[in-house]
Amino acid sequence: MTGTGQPRTLFDKVWDAHVVTRREDGAELLFIDRHLVHEGSFHAFNKLKEKRAKVRRPDLTIGVADHYVPTRTRILSEIAPEVAGMIRQLDDNCRANGIRIFGFDDPRQGIVHVVGPEQGLTLPGLTMVCGDSHTSTHGAFGALAFGIGASEVAHVLLTQSLWQKKPKRMRITVDGDTAPGITAKDIALSIIAAIGADGAQGHAIEYAGRAIRALSMEGRLTLCNLSIESGARCGMIAPDETTFAYVTGRPFAPGGDVLDRAIAAWRELASDADAAFDRAILIDGRDIAPTVTWGISPEDALPITASVPDPAATDDASRASHIREAIDYMGLRPGQALETIQIDRVFIGSCTNSRIEDLRAAASVLAGRKARVPGLVSPGSHLVKQQAEQEGLDRIFIDAGLDWVGAGCSMCVGMNGDLVPAGERCASTTNRNFKGRQGPGARTHLMSPAMAAAAAVTGRLTDVRPLLRSDA
Amino acid sequence: MTPFGILTASACALPLASIDTDQLIPARFMKRSRADGYGQYLLHDMRFDETGQKRPDFPLNAASAADAEVLVARRNFGAGSSREAAVYALVDFGFRCVIAPSFGDIFASNAVNNGLLPAKVSEADAEEILALLQSSATTITVDLHDGLIRLGNRTFTFSIDPIWRTKLLNGWDDLDLTASLTGDIARFEQQDAGARPWIQLQDGSD
Ligand code: SF4
Repeated sequence: MTGTGQPRTLFDKVWDAHVVTRREDGAELLFIDRHLVHEGSFHAFNKLKEKRAKVRRPDLTIGVADHYVPTRTRILSEIAPEVAGMIRQLDDNCRANGIRIFGFDDPRQGIVHVVGPEQGLTLPGLTMVCGDSHTSTHGAFGALAFGIGASEVAHVLLTQSLWQKKPKRMRITVDGDTAPGITAKDIALSIIAAIGADGAQGHAIEYAGRAIRALSMEGRLTLCNLSIESGARCGMIAPDETTFAYVTGRPFAPGGDVLDRAIAAWRELASDADAAFDRAILIDGRDIAPTVTWGISPEDALPITASVPDPAATDDASRASHIREAIDYMGLRPGQALETIQIDRVFIGSCTNSRIEDLRAAASVLAGRKARVPGLVSPGSHLVKQQAEQEGLDRIFIDAGLDWVGAGCSMCVGMNGDLVPAGERCASTTNRNFKGRQGPGARTHLMSPAMAAAAAVTGRLTDVRPLLRSDA
Repeated sequence: MTPFGILTASACALPLASIDTDQLIPARFMKRSRADGYGQYLLHDMRFDETGQKRPDFPLNAASAADAEVLVARRNFGAGSSREAAVYALVDFGFRCVIAPSFGDIFASNAVNNGLLPAKVSEADAEEILALLQSSATTITVDLHDGLIRLGNRTFTFSIDPIWRTKLLNGWDDLDLTASLTGDIARFEQQDAGARPWIQLQDGSD
């Protein structure tokens, strides 16, 4: 199935290199290079126990505590017993199976999709899976990385492989330089608004074009993270000098001769010039404005200068019904200018936007200013936290009136108890504005860290551009 | 897994788009053990109000929904997280098939791994099925052999990936097949170790 001389995409090259075998119906057995597990993986470990089976490659399996970890204490006995139980259960399952774990008390702990790249566990050309849909994040390195369910987690634990049917290929090209103040989050939300929350279903996305190449690794991670919000199986960016520079020197990344060999191989991964894509989409980076969501699906995104849509203005009955449901849940009026929407709190964090550059962007807006609403800043890992503190970013957040807490999924999903109270409206740097995602009855507006900081300063959804310092 | 062939059962219409996995099962229930059944958490925050009372107008709370085995919804059903618990909630409630114009990929794959059929229909057919269910018929037939849905005197076609179709028809569990292929996996590992040494994670590197 390989080496036919056909031009191939980045996705095809990584896929083909991992095919163990193919069965009659066309499904292919892929070898998995990295398997990340977290507290939620307990269903799969239970299946393993039922079968009295062993993990095939504990050396390629990595445990990370993130979804349930408390962000305001380091003492497990101080938190709800059933939450602490989830964290201990992961520890027990990893230890019983000889799996390396970045547990609750490890100085490298953090959100699984932040820790992987930070530790050099994520590398170009790998296959990576995790029982978490935002595994697409790791595609920023040109890895084939996707989220799987518990049955599949059990399958990977047992066999280090996974049956998959090949998705279709989709290229999203963002050409034209984005304006100052426009971030990867704005690019991603604009893409999702353009193609829909199911627009890339059944597809592997490759992001290409000038505006993508110009992104830092951190921006690329944000962009690939949000691939799942357009329904894609995964999102990938061809590795380049930016990628190699990021990987070099990371704790688990190769070094010396092996690194040289690896980089030579990684250079070959880029899509061939005339490789075919099933779909190609072109977006002009110059058109992208700071973007926020107003509704209950990430596709409900608009430039901050726009207004809440009017269900009466669309002929599409299903769309009109969605808009009605969304503005009813969100407590908005049709035609209301987005900049007039008052918020109750902000959250800066999650695997989408909690890396050091994200915190710097938020801090640059908040420096010397006060937040009008309460808020939580949760760095993506302990190492990010340390770095931010060395740079004095923690002081900026605290002086502005926000809470500076520990690393974890936190208010992205509220499993650790960091919740948005019912009916409250949160300006959030996360990835899902689903009903009740941040807590029952919570209302979420998604945006970049700089935009969340701007909203904190004014107490309403705000165009960050006038607040950006010319010297920043 | 129980093989899926032809199912004739009562159906429940849920005329909503983008029912994501956070709706299907809110995150706070995911600590619970599956042993108690996840059906009680299905669409919990839509079914129950803040005080825990059933919302009388929610379709799943209708008397006729109690024994429904087919759920019909609008586009982008099961978008969002990879939580297989969303499928457990549907299956434990009694559903064996969901009909919608599109599904979240991970959800659909999880569904198939639990014997739940994600049947994809056109948007127009979904609307017609929803309308029929709300006005008259509630008994529906889903035929996986022929890819057909019958409702009253109307017949609709649905699509499903052929790999998933075979798996559901046979009630296959991937693990049984893969267990017979450990030799192939070992061969792959051996060849790959030489070609891509950077894949190995040394135990002592931390
Ligand atoms: S931060 Fe949010 S989206 Fe990311 S892994 Fe944690 S819960 Fe999932």
